Order: sequence, then structure tokens, then C-alpha cells
Amino acid sequence: MNKKNIEQNAGITVLFLCLGTVALILVVILWDIFTKGAGKISWAFLTQMPKNGMTEGGIFPAIIGTFLVTLMTALFAVPLGMGCAIYLNEYARDNRFTRLIRMSIRNLSGVPSIVYGLFGVVLFVQLMRIGTCILSAGMTLGLMTLPWTITASEEALKNVPQAYRSGALALGATKWQSIRTNVLPYAIPGMLTGTILGLARAAGETAPILFTGAAFFLPFLPESLFDQFMALPYHLYIMATQHHDIEGVRPIAYGTALVLIVLVFSMNLFAIILRYKLRKVRKE
Amino acid sequence: MQKLKERSVNRKTGKSQNGNGEPAGPGAAKGKKMGEIVIRTEGFNFYYGDEIAIKSVTMDIYKNKVTGIIGPSGCGKSTFLRSLNRMNDVIDGTRIEGKVEIDGQDIYAPGVDVVSLRRKVGMVFQKSNPFPKTIFENVAYGLRINGVKDRAYISDKVEASLKGAALWKEVKDRLNDSAFDLSGGQQQRLCIARALAIEPEVILMDEPASALDPTATLKIEELIEELKNDYTIAIVTHNMQQAARISDYTAFFMLGELVEYDETSKMFTNPGKKITEDYITGRFG
Amino acid sequence: MSDLKEKAIHGLFMFNGLLVVIVLVGIFALLVGTSIPAFREISLKEFLFTARWNPTSYVRTQYGIGAMLVSTAMVTIGALVIAFPLGIGTAAYLSDIASPRVREIAKPIIEILAGIPSVVIGFLGIVLVGPAIARLFNIPNGLNALNGSFLLAIMALPTIISISEDALKSVPKSFTEASLALGSTHWQTIVKVKIPAAASGIFASCMLGMGRAIGETMTVLMATGCAPAMPHGFLDSVRTMTSTIAIELGEVPYYTTHYYALFGVGLVLFIITFLVNMISDIVLRKYQIKVR
Repeated sequence: MNKKNIEQNAGITVLFLCLGTVALILVVILWDIFTKGAGKISWAFLTQMPKNGMTEGGIFPAIIGTFLVTLMTALFAVPLGMGCAIYLNEYARDNRFTRLIRMSIRNLSGVPSIVYGLFGVVLFVQLMRIGTCILSAGMTLGLMTLPWTITASEEALKNVPQAYRSGALALGATKWQSIRTNVLPYAIPGMLTGTILGLARAAGETAPILFTGAAFFLPFLPESLFDQFMALPYHLYIMATQHHDIEGVRPIAYGTALVLIVLVFSMNLFAIILRYKLRKVRKE
Repeated sequence: MQKLKERSVNRKTGKSQNGNGEPAGPGAAKGKKMGEIVIRTEGFNFYYGDEIAIKSVTMDIYKNKVTGIIGPSGCGKSTFLRSLNRMNDVIDGTRIEGKVEIDGQDIYAPGVDVVSLRRKVGMVFQKSNPFPKTIFENVAYGLRINGVKDRAYISDKVEASLKGAALWKEVKDRLNDSAFDLSGGQQQRLCIARALAIEPEVILMDEPASALDPTATLKIEELIEELKNDYTIAIVTHNMQQAARISDYTAFFMLGELVEYDETSKMFTNPGKKITEDYITGRFG
Repeated sequence: MSDLKEKAIHGLFMFNGLLVVIVLVGIFALLVGTSIPAFREISLKEFLFTARWNPTSYVRTQYGIGAMLVSTAMVTIGALVIAFPLGIGTAAYLSDIASPRVREIAKPIIEILAGIPSVVIGFLGIVLVGPAIARLFNIPNGLNALNGSFLLAIMALPTIISISEDALKSVPKSFTEASLALGSTHWQTIVKVKIPAAASGIFASCMLGMGRAIGETMTVLMATGCAPAMPHGFLDSVRTMTSTIAIELGEVPYYTTHYYALFGVGLVLFIITFLVNMISDIVLRKYQIKVR
């Protein structure tokens, strides 16, 4: 009996240590970035162009670039993702075609991000002759985000009670009328929540934009969707590995990493707060 | 609507017989004059996939009368009701045979506009299902989706419908409150008002009072009594007393078949079949 | 008229649904189409079964992806060796032992971990993990397969934990109760009853984690040193398929054999991750049906 107890306690301790290790890893990551990056953060760092071969100055163009390309991603992925979710949840029946779509979605979410990058290079940059620019990069990231947007949107549609649909149909609404007036208004906030989570991941991605539009260094801000751009994750990559004075620009790299993490987390936080508020409203 | 074309409609079996080979309708047997027929089903079969849920039902529903549909759970009474405005269309893998006529028109014929059918045949569901909108917007919903823009007309119609559903007095000062603020009984009457607003001919009610307390139930029953002056009503109910109280005709369904259909007074005092009597007197159910 | 409009809308949404299939097929088709020209000059045998990748040599260009395949396999297996026990342990703790309070704290920890951009993890591989490995093994620098494995493990952990936890949670209560009623301890129940019962879900979680590790680019690009030679151990620098594409595609002129060959690497990568994901998908689906 006693032996059993010892074994039990030891086992549970090991399991707890597993969780502890995972938590410790996160703490170390965040601690390192925050302590070493915080000193670099200043108004000037956030709002100035890089100077002196990127050894001084700020990361303003990278912030703007990430903002623009994420916006582009949203414009591309959100309508398509919502449309696909509407088809799957509202129109489609459970048949071979629908199963094919669902299987494709699951597989798309497993396609490596660099493969999306290759696809973007061939399709957008070359075949469509859009060139390396915000538009190409945004659409590439948009395709990558699509599976997440669809899944999140479908989840939101599923949360709308069936009675809203049948009630509208029984009043003589057409299918689309019932969706437009009695389903979407209640699903869109939930759709947005999931979509923002997907966009946060897109904002931190580097591989898909490596060849579709991100630039090493630009002395000016992009003026149109057809310009190249600097992006926070790519800038961090450069500062960490490609710069001629890697040790010297380490503080800038840390600062960039911190800004990137804060950006991604605040998008997540925003989505989580939104979700929390929606749940509260629904309960009332 | 897009799914209707896929539905196979087999009219071959549409013979004027019910499951037991008896003539249809309460009057048919006695040759009594029964009034104008609004809905007529002939040899109506309904399938969920391969499973038959309604077997060869032939039945007439009369104008400005309340027709109660009773039977044990799972007997197909709700399915039958939902077939009358084709609400079952939204369920995958369903199929019908036979005929359902409303005002002499086969509602399952190819090319029938389901949307206008549902405008003509309103429906009130078992669980009240107000939309998460204001009281006013709930009632106005049917008008708005039908393209009515005239505000004065809408607001008159909302008032009339709420009055028709005996709810006006209780809500006239709070039309812009959420429909969810109403009590369960009020919500159900709101759903009735919502159905009235689009001026249907027929109102189908699927156990409208099953989730309500006795007081609220009584109100709904009184309302049904009122409504039959202007509408034809078919009501599914699990509650025998309710059927006895409110309906003019009663149909007894079992295992998907129409066992007996007659005037309520006759059904409840002198049923034609032993099994009907057993059910009505509560020996099973 | 309104019928026509409804049909048009339905058609539009249906096309939108079809688009997903088109994208998946399109990715495959473009990868195949763009890599085919490479095989006019490179034999498929050389490509798949030789180790040397030296496309820019003046003497003799070589296009073997063997070293890359080995590198990818090494970092992936290394990642799983680290992440598997850690992930299952954490999942078991969360599903069976943790109090609701602990669970409430752990959930955001795992979500935040999943949300850290891969480039940041790669950066930490350079500034934190690399120096630590160098000191530990007394080698000049720590950018090697071990470093990559460790980082990929961090990235695979959230997937493994959350899916394993789901699998463990959906083991019927009756199993646990029966085991406890027979006098087993809580610990024995977890190890002997719950984990075996959830095995297919746990397996699927590892396959998904593996798919993620194989396809991950930035962390391995930054933290493994990227030497193109065949690695001999975990302390050697490695260069995976993903990092080869990332390093070279930016520099190679379009429409050259080298360019096409990189798409060939992408195609191989796509096929491998596709298969891994398919397997986990099938296992997960079968398993879900069984539980229901």
C-alpha cells in the first residue's frame, strides 16, 4: 500500500513538473524579451525611420508595413472565409462535395507557411504580374489565414439558434433573407473574434512574405499597395541574422521582438475580451 | 428553396384513403356538410431517409375551424404539421409521396413558390422563438422581408397584430424593449402576432403552450378561440384536455397513421375505435 | 425572379466553398508545374537519393536533397522526443489532476505560447538557447540540430497539449471509475487506463505537432546554423528543406534550374506534410466516431 502511495505521489509530481516546465519556458521567453527589449522602447523608436545602416533610429516603417499587410490580409481572407463558412453551415448538405471542402480546409491548415510563400511567388508575383508588394504578400497571408477564418466563422454560425432560421423561414423569408437578417447579425461578432485571432498569427508570420513583398530596408514608407514594405517579423529576422553588425544591433532586435509580441498579444487580448463580452451579452 | 427541385414527388400513391382504408374526413362517412375545405392531403407519405414517418394520410382541414392533432410522442403529428407549410424541406434527406393541397393547389407541385406558401400558412413553434430584436421589430419582421417600406403601414400593422394576439395592452408602452424581456407566455403570443402580421390564411401551431404555465396556457387557448373567426387553425397538442377544449375537429395519429378523425365532441364522447378511446382515456400515451 | 436571385446567391456561396478546394489543388498543381522543368536536367533519382545540394558550384552543380531530408527528420524527431513526454505529461496533469484554478491559469499559458511568432522563437534560439548549448557541450556555437529541436518542441507543445487533453477528457468516466473501484491508485488509472484509452487521440496530436515541426521555417532557419552538409549528430549544424527554400529563393534568378529545383523541394515538403496531416486526420476522425 505504502509503495503504491509513493509511486502515486512521485507520478503526480512528475506530471506537475511537466506543466511547470511548459510554464517556465513561457516565463523565460517573455522575461528575456521584456527585460531586454523594454529599455529600447521609446517614442522615437516607434516613430522614426531606421538610420545609419539600420544601426540607429526606429522601426516605424516596419510597424506601418505590418499594419498595412495585415489589413490587406483581412480584406482578402475575411469575406472569403465568411462566405465559405456560410456555404458550409447554411447551404451545404452533408455530401461528398461538402466533405471534400472540409477535407481541403483541414489540409490547407497544415500546409507549411513557406509553401504558401512559394505559391504566392508563382501565382501573385509572376503569373498575375502583381510583383513583390503589399498586395501580393497580403493575399499570400490571406490564403494562409483562410482555414482559420473559415473554422472560426463556422463556429460562430453554429452558435446562432436554429429557431432564428426556422422562425424567419416560417414567416416567408427566403433562405438568403433569413441568413442576412436573422443569422449574420448575430454571428458576425463571433466571426470577427476568431478572425482577429487568425490575423494575429498572420501578423507574426515571416516565411510567406519573404519573397512576396517584404524588403530588407526601405528609406521611405510604401505609397501604394504595389510597393514593397518592411515588416516587423522580417525586420527582426534581419536584425538577428543578416545585419553586418549583429551584436551591435541586438538591442534593436530585442526592441523589435518586444513590439511584435505586444502587437500580436494585444490583438489576441482584444479578441478574447470581445469573446468574453459577447458571452455575457448572450447570457443576459 | 433551392433544395426543392431535388425532392421527388410521387403522386401515384395519392389515393383518397387513409391508412386503414377508411374514407377521409369526419364528414365523409356520414355525408354531412362540413364547410369549406382549406387543406386537403391525399395519400400523404413522409420519409426521413428510408424511414417512413407518415403513412398514407388523407385528411381535410376546414376553414375557420380549429383542428386539433393528437397522438403519442413520435406519432408523426408534428412532422405532419410541418409538411403543411413545407418546413420539413430544410431537413436533409426527407421525401414525400402523395398530395397536399391548399386552396386546391398542390403545394408540392414543381414550380411552387415555397416562400409565398409560407406567407399564406403561418407557423407558431413549440418553443417560443422570438428573434433577438425589439418587440416591434419582431412583429414587423415579416413585413420588412416582404419589402414593405411604408412606416405608417408597418406601425399600424404591428399594432393590429399585437391586438390580434391579445398582447397590445401589455406591451404598447415598451415596443422598443427586447423581446427577450417578455415572459414565456407573452413571447409565445408575440410569435403569434408575428405570424398574424403577414396575414396568413392558415396558422399552424406546434404544441404552442407545452412550455407554458397554466395561466399563460389559458390565455393562448382563449386567443385561439378568437383567432378562428379570421383564420383556419391546425394545432398539434400533447394535452388531451386542451384538444377537447379548443378544437372543433380532432385527428388522432399513431405510428405515423391517421387512426381517427372526427368532430371533437364525437371523438371525446364516442370514439369510433377502441385504440382512440384507450388513448383519450389515458391508458397509454 | 426572387427565385433566380436566391439561386445566384446560393451559387456564389457554393463557388466560395469550392474555392478552398481550388486553392489546395492549385498549390499542388503550381508546385508540380514549377518543379517539372528542374527534372529535365536533374534525374529524380539524383534529386531524392543523393545527399549533396550544391546548385551554385562552378565545377558541377548538385541537386540532392538527402542531407535536407535527414536534417528535417533530425530536428523533427528531436522536437518530438522533447515535446512528446512534456506535452502528454502536461495534458494528463491538466485533464486529471489540476484543480479548476490551475487549469484556468494553464489555459492562457498554453494559448500565449501558441501565439508567439516563430521568428521570435528563432531569435531566442540565437540569443538564449544557442549560447546555453555552446556552454553546456563546450562547442564554439550552439546553432545546431539540438537547438532547432528544442525550439520546434516549444512550437509543437501547444498543439500536442490541447489535442491530447481533449482526447484524455473524452475517455468515458466509467473507465476511470471501474479502475478506481478495483483499487488502482489515481496514478495507475492515468497510466494504465486513461492514456491507453486515449492513445489514438494522443497519437494524432503528435502527428499534428510533427506536421507543424516539419513545415516550420523561421525557427530552424535562424537557429540551426544552416550548413548544407550531411549532419552526423545533434550537435552538427543542419539545413532543413524549409530553410533551404528560405535562404535560396530570395537570391536565385527566376526560371533557372536552381529556381525550379527549389520548387521541387517545396513539393516534397508539401507531400510529406500532407501525408502526415492526412494520417492524423484519419486517426482523429476514427477516434471521434468511436467515442460517440
